[in-house]
Amino acid sequence: MFNVEDIRKDFPILSRKVNGKPLVYFDNAATSQTPQQVIDVIVDYYSNYNANIHRGVHTLSQEATDLYEQARHKIQAHFNAKFAHEIIFTSGTTHSINLVANGFSSLLKKGDEIIVSALEHHSNIVPWQMLCERTGASLKVIPMNDEGELVISEFDALLSKNTKLVFVNHISNALGTINPIENIIEKAHQVGAAVLIDGAQSAPHIKPDVQALNVDFYVTSAHKTCGPTGVGMLYGKEEWLNKLPPYQGGGEMIAEVTFRKTTYAALPHKFEAGTPNICGGIAFGAALDYMNSVGFTAIANYEHELLEYATKKLLEIEGLKIYGTSKQKTSVISFNLEGIHPYDVGTILDKLGIAVRTGHHCAQPIMDFYKIPGTVRASFAFYNTKAEIDTLVEGVKKAKMMLS
Amino acid sequence: MSIEDIQNEIIDEFAMFEDWEERYQYMIDLGKDLPLINDQYKTESNIIKGCQSKVWVHAELNDDKIEFTADSDAIITKGIIAILIRTFSNQHPQDIIDANTDFIDKIGLKEHLSPTRANGLVSMVKQLKMYAIAYQTQIK
Repeated sequence: MFNVEDIRKDFPILSRKVNGKPLVYFDNAATSQTPQQVIDVIVDYYSNYNANIHRGVHTLSQEATDLYEQARHKIQAHFNAKFAHEIIFTSGTTHSINLVANGFSSLLKKGDEIIVSALEHHSNIVPWQMLCERTGASLKVIPMNDEGELVISEFDALLSKNTKLVFVNHISNALGTINPIENIIEKAHQVGAAVLIDGAQSAPHIKPDVQALNVDFYVTSAHKTCGPTGVGMLYGKEEWLNKLPPYQGGGEMIAEVTFRKTTYAALPHKFEAGTPNICGGIAFGAALDYMNSVGFTAIANYEHELLEYATKKLLEIEGLKIYGTSKQKTSVISFNLEGIHPYDVGTILDKLGIAVRTGHHCAQPIMDFYKIPGTVRASFAFYNTKAEIDTLVEGVKKAKMMLS
Repeated sequence: MSIEDIQNEIIDEFAMFEDWEERYQYMIDLGKDLPLINDQYKTESNIIKGCQSKVWVHAELNDDKIEFTADSDAIITKGIIAILIRTFSNQHPQDIIDANTDFIDKIGLKEHLSPTRANGLVSMVKQLKMYAIAYQTQIK
């Protein structure tokens, strides 16, 4: 049974104070908080298992290797990948995207087209622009409407036999819109294009099934799902990962090295050069265990309740406008107060102990679309409460009073 | 008045406030009262990089003293600008170059001094001093 008060006890940081006030943490879309269960795994790793993996004959190394590979299997099971070697550990979503973009450098030629959406984070725009510069391919953009939804009819028009890759985030980090990725994947496959879904914002809310989605690449970061920063994963279909060349050279990713020629290791090690973030990978697995123990259906239902409550309460404030009003959205509210800069609102909220994000959220094209400098973004997790939302609403009212 | 005298005056003013709310309300009011910058100076090249809000600064040399005008689209940032302009405007370039900015800490706005904070107070001070260095070279 989902009980938020019990869940909150798992997160030590939630009981700290900021500027003398109890912390209200609403910046979950940037980084989620870490439960004691995951912190314990990190402490346990460095207390009992710390060693380099995959190459030592000694017990510590083998135990650490076992834990790391167990984590890979946990991630495989969580996302329902067919094989564990389809899960590549990376330093996070951005690294995963760059790995794929770099791999496609050798597969694209002039005249090829890449489609991205107007709702993308900069990390899902810039690597493709760089890829286009390297290969002569061109970048096309699926436009968005006023509600912050992708215009799928425009996507249909952009698709052609020249389309080689389609990159869309599952959920927009700036607005919370859930994109119709099933539809996008199916249509892209009809013209023979590969699809990469950025799951950084969806993984905390939805348990995706990469086989059911039939997606070619799916990427996310551990720190969005109660895990540590600096670790994430790339899921790729085996056939695609075999097609892509290695990203970085180094130890671990080789089978045999001579000065004449090196042969590369098999998946997943081909893409895991150097000593990885071993503890991070193990903690990533533990974080997914934790979230599964809470249950994704319970999480989604509760977060939806928070979203509806906060939307209703915030809209009662005169002059407050919410950006991103799709019916299909997660617990993210991007808003502005009329005539007031989001930075000012964020500053006052911080003084009240409320952590929100302000600015363009690394999604400048979206801000340009709405012709605003940025927004205040409150993003809720399953450990937040309605009482905290009340504190936010009072804080926004206070900011409005002080700043008007 | 010297820069130091002005800074002491500001420290005294801020000492009267009992909590952050009064301090910030005062800064917001200062921001609202900041004299308008001439629109012709609100250009791309006058924008200070490194601020989450937009900040424009213009400098002019009159009788060997620099006169600063500035603006921002965020009101708290404007309040900070107002304090900086009161401190540094109508001063000799060399005095601006030599001035320290510890007073920001003393008036309880230390959090704005962190170079990682996106409000760009550090960038603003740096930009004002850059103007001073440029004009100092010109005077010599």
